[in-house]
Amino acid sequence: MEVVFYISAIVAIASTILAITRLSAVHALLYLIVSLLSVAIVFFVIGAPFIAALEVIIYAGAIMVLFVFVVMMLNLGKKSTETERQWQRGGMWVGPSILAAILIAEVAYLLSSPATAVYGSTVMEPKQLGIVLFGPYLIGVELASMLLLGALVGAYHLGRRTPEKTEK
Amino acid sequence: MASVPMHQGLLLAGILFALGLVGLLARRNLIFMLMSLEIMLNAAGLAFVVAGARWGQADGQIVFLFVLTMGAAEVSVGLALVLRIYHKFKTLDSDAVSEMRG
Repeated sequence: MEVVFYISAIVAIASTILAITRLSAVHALLYLIVSLLSVAIVFFVIGAPFIAALEVIIYAGAIMVLFVFVVMMLNLGKKSTETERQWQRGGMWVGPSILAAILIAEVAYLLSSPATAVYGSTVMEPKQLGIVLFGPYLIGVELASMLLLGALVGAYHLGRRTPEKTEK
Repeated sequence: MASVPMHQGLLLAGILFALGLVGLLARRNLIFMLMSLEIMLNAAGLAFVVAGARWGQADGQIVFLFVLTMGAAEVSVGLALVLRIYHKFKTLDSDAVSEMRG
């Protein structure tokens, strides 16, 4: 079982190195998504399956999609067509695909092995997590909700495209 | 944490954090700097979860939830700022935004 940990760690480090050295933002985002998925497998192995699911859904899903949206919006310039042609040439997907295939093999191995094989003294269930989250950490949840509201209002205000000279 | 010692999980978190820091210092594209910030936040959360799993407590995972919330808020505001900077300066070079001098 520790083999899964080490392979995921190596995949995470390799994909992070590749992510911060890419020249194209979309290529870097591909490697960054693979890195986040491998960290999610690390979370699963050390006994935090709920956190692993949140990592996949929120980090690799929502936040990375936000990045992809912004990169696509910024690419609407004149040279977007030749970069698009460059992307269609293929070959760039090989690296992330190999790393992701390693992760898929790990997930298949984890799912086929008996559930007690997940090491760690305690596997933290979402129920325990929720009890602690809404017990001693209730004020933190409220503060997080206020932070998210502030981020929502701020992102709306900043992202709104104002006309150059509106009234007053 | 029977079969993998805790310091190896913390070592992974440290390596990922250092990689994010290197990316933040080396790149000048604002998108890449935000991505490096996400790598660093994720590594810090990983350290919290590893420590929580070491002691069998849920607190590390709770802190990861808060880090996740903070990362989502930070990246939404940051990307909105990047869009505004791009529309104003027509570049993503972080040195172009050095007009704010005291």
